[in-house]
Amino acid sequence: MLPELGNFALILAMSVALAQGIIPLIGASRGIPGWIAFARPAAWTQFLFLLISFGILTYAFVTNDFSVAYVANNSNTALPLGYRISAVWGGHEGSLLLWVMLMGAWSAAVGMFSKRLPPEMVARVLAVMGLVSVGFTAFVVFTSNPFDRYYPAPVDGRDLNPLLQDIGLILHPPMLYMGYVGFSVAFAFAIAALLGGKLDAAWARWSRPWTIIAWVFLTLGIALGSWWAYYELGWGGWWFWDPVENASFLPWLTGTALMHSLAVSEKRSTFKSWTVLLAIFAFSLCLLGTFLVRSGVLTSVHAFASDPTRGVFVLMLLGIVVGASLLIYAWRAPQVKSAGNFALLSRETFLLGNNVLLVVATATILLGTIYPLILDALNLGKISVGPPYFNAVFVPLMIPLIIVLGIGPLSRWKQDEFGRLAKLLRGALVGSLVLGVIIPWLLFGRFDLMVIVGTTISLWLAFTIFLDLIYRSRHKTNFWKGLVGQPLSFYGMSLAHLGVAVTVVGITFSSYYSLEKDLRMAPGDQLELGGYLFRFDGVQSNHGPNYTATEGIITVSQNGKSIATLHTQKRIYVVQQMPMTEAGIDPGLFRDLYVALGEPLGDGGWAVRIYYKPFIRWIWLGGLLMAIGGVLAASDRRYRLMAKRKAGSVSAKLAVQES
Amino acid sequence: MKARFLIPLAVFLLLIGLFLVGLQLDPREVPSPLIDKPAPQFSLPDLQDESKTVSTEDLKKHKVSLFNVWASWCVACRQEHPLLVELSRQGVVPIYGLNYKDKRPDALNWLNRLGNPYTASAFDEKGRVGIDWGVYGVPETFVVDSKGVIRYKQIGPITEEAWQETILPLIEKIRAEEG
Repeated sequence: MLPELGNFALILAMSVALAQGIIPLIGASRGIPGWIAFARPAAWTQFLFLLISFGILTYAFVTNDFSVAYVANNSNTALPLGYRISAVWGGHEGSLLLWVMLMGAWSAAVGMFSKRLPPEMVARVLAVMGLVSVGFTAFVVFTSNPFDRYYPAPVDGRDLNPLLQDIGLILHPPMLYMGYVGFSVAFAFAIAALLGGKLDAAWARWSRPWTIIAWVFLTLGIALGSWWAYYELGWGGWWFWDPVENASFLPWLTGTALMHSLAVSEKRSTFKSWTVLLAIFAFSLCLLGTFLVRSGVLTSVHAFASDPTRGVFVLMLLGIVVGASLLIYAWRAPQVKSAGNFALLSRETFLLGNNVLLVVATATILLGTIYPLILDALNLGKISVGPPYFNAVFVPLMIPLIIVLGIGPLSRWKQDEFGRLAKLLRGALVGSLVLGVIIPWLLFGRFDLMVIVGTTISLWLAFTIFLDLIYRSRHKTNFWKGLVGQPLSFYGMSLAHLGVAVTVVGITFSSYYSLEKDLRMAPGDQLELGGYLFRFDGVQSNHGPNYTATEGIITVSQNGKSIATLHTQKRIYVVQQMPMTEAGIDPGLFRDLYVALGEPLGDGGWAVRIYYKPFIRWIWLGGLLMAIGGVLAASDRRYRLMAKRKAGSVSAKLAVQES
Repeated sequence: MKARFLIPLAVFLLLIGLFLVGLQLDPREVPSPLIDKPAPQFSLPDLQDESKTVSTEDLKKHKVSLFNVWASWCVACRQEHPLLVELSRQGVVPIYGLNYKDKRPDALNWLNRLGNPYTASAFDEKGRVGIDWGVYGVPETFVVDSKGVIRYKQIGPITEEAWQETILPLIEKIRAEEG
């Protein structure tokens, strides 16, 4: 009975979303106040129904209701409660339900925190989100219903994919979806502004905090996914340029470009039609990612059950949403007038450079991702585009991006002087060049060109961030007061940029100076790697609630002192008979020690893989810094200030003060 | 309406057309024309021992065997690999490999590192045999019986679902047929 209610709530949510998508839109164009006011309660009602639906599916998992097909396929009585709850989004149907539920949450939040926006704007934004929501809810209801029943109900379920039985994967999809869906807000703002013909600084200012928050979630989601792949897949890799990874990385790159372009639109009132286009692109890439992942047109390590009808449905959805928005763009954007002009050497130019590089990076990765599909479609054969392509095209684009990133924040809007910038930056330039050579040599005793480049640009970025901090605070009566007086958004930006430097250091050092060894070890055997002594102490049997495991024990010592005992497991999950490797990791800020148990080789010997990975944590630490930076930037008081006053009239004045 | 503002729309429509074609071609859904036909003849050097050869005759020695196309550069193969190793460890079915468009040292290194589930791997450096067998992408797995007839083709990694629901029942069926 309950699952049917869940299904019913889902259908109701779809109907409400349809009303939310139509009535306020007509109201806004005809100026009917009652119809305009319909938007907010509709968004809240829709969210409520989605919440009920999601809650009922969760309840079915908690109570092991295997008469629900989706529960039977993704859960088992032996599965611990925590994983039974996370199994709600462990498969295709449930993860889509999570998606629409989060979409409802974003709509409700927009309704909640937009009290000071013009009512027509809110009505249009919520209507656009409602229409997108109709599409996705219909996708769930008609092609991927999680409430379908099995009759008769099986005695036990087929268990959750063992790969997903992990804390990293519990958090990864919700974060990622919050990011994907969050970009629908920026998208809806852009479409609403196009429809209303009000593509002004106020629009950019309203979009900014929403875009930043969506970007923060996406950043965290990607970082979590990468961290999970590192410790769970047992190959010690953290990024594979897999189509599904690319599907999340593409909107991230475009979203990053969008955040920066919005800053120009807000402060200088230029780049506006470009910004709108980026907002459309960012969300389109989220939809495109969904299509690529769920339709099975590309082979990927992320196996979602693929089904051609689903592929056709998502493609239709993609076509309608993106096609319609690009049509509106082609219709409305020519009327947008750019107000500001700027000199060749100005902050606008640097931000334009940022945008161009990020968009080119997006395009090259998109090309690499769908290239196998293009060839296949044109009957030119089948190829697999691998990491060599992506590394070869992506790295050369990121180097100039980071160099520009160092200069941008220190440059002036509209016009700057070369002499001023050169004087300001020469110390940082010399310092980063010198230390960029010395530091890797001190740490690892080697010279490698790419390491010197990576270290130099990271140091350059870090130095310019601190220069900026000092430069901005210098005029104040007291340096400390100057520091405190800076707005939160400045600290957010600096922290996020520092995060980029930290990630680059992590990538550079861990890719060039990792050590790895595959060998046969019998109990008592020892190996020295990276200054650490690894001793294999044999294996023991172990078991968890739903798996049996062979556990290898390796003791690590340094200078005769024992520093860690690592446990690495080969698990066989009972229900699916799927083998899994659990790596044993001793994490550290400057190095990870990583061991994984391979196959038994007879005579008590085992294949063992041992890695020494310097600075690898920095990759995710940088991601975390970027996310914290984003949160700081989005909570800047001027966004709240704006919310308190009447929108529009005040924005021009503020823009002048802030710059 | 200025023409240049229509460019994004035009590019997008092109992309949509491409995806439509892509959906029709969906490699996982299209059965191989080779199914229930004799396997294409081949004879290639053994990956691990150049002096030996691996050929269609080797496949015919068994009542039923798997012929798995793999390469060290293929990410999805890594996902599939533990399952193959487990199958070979339990001795469920002999597995022959076709090491496709690979370099010998890379391939050997991969086997040393991740375990070698293969009775033998044929070394198809140029990918000629792969073309004969109609290989779309890597990995692919063929089920071949003792008469050398291809009974099934799995495109992409062998999933738990495909193994339990299709491949294992088929292997048991073929074994029963041959008695």
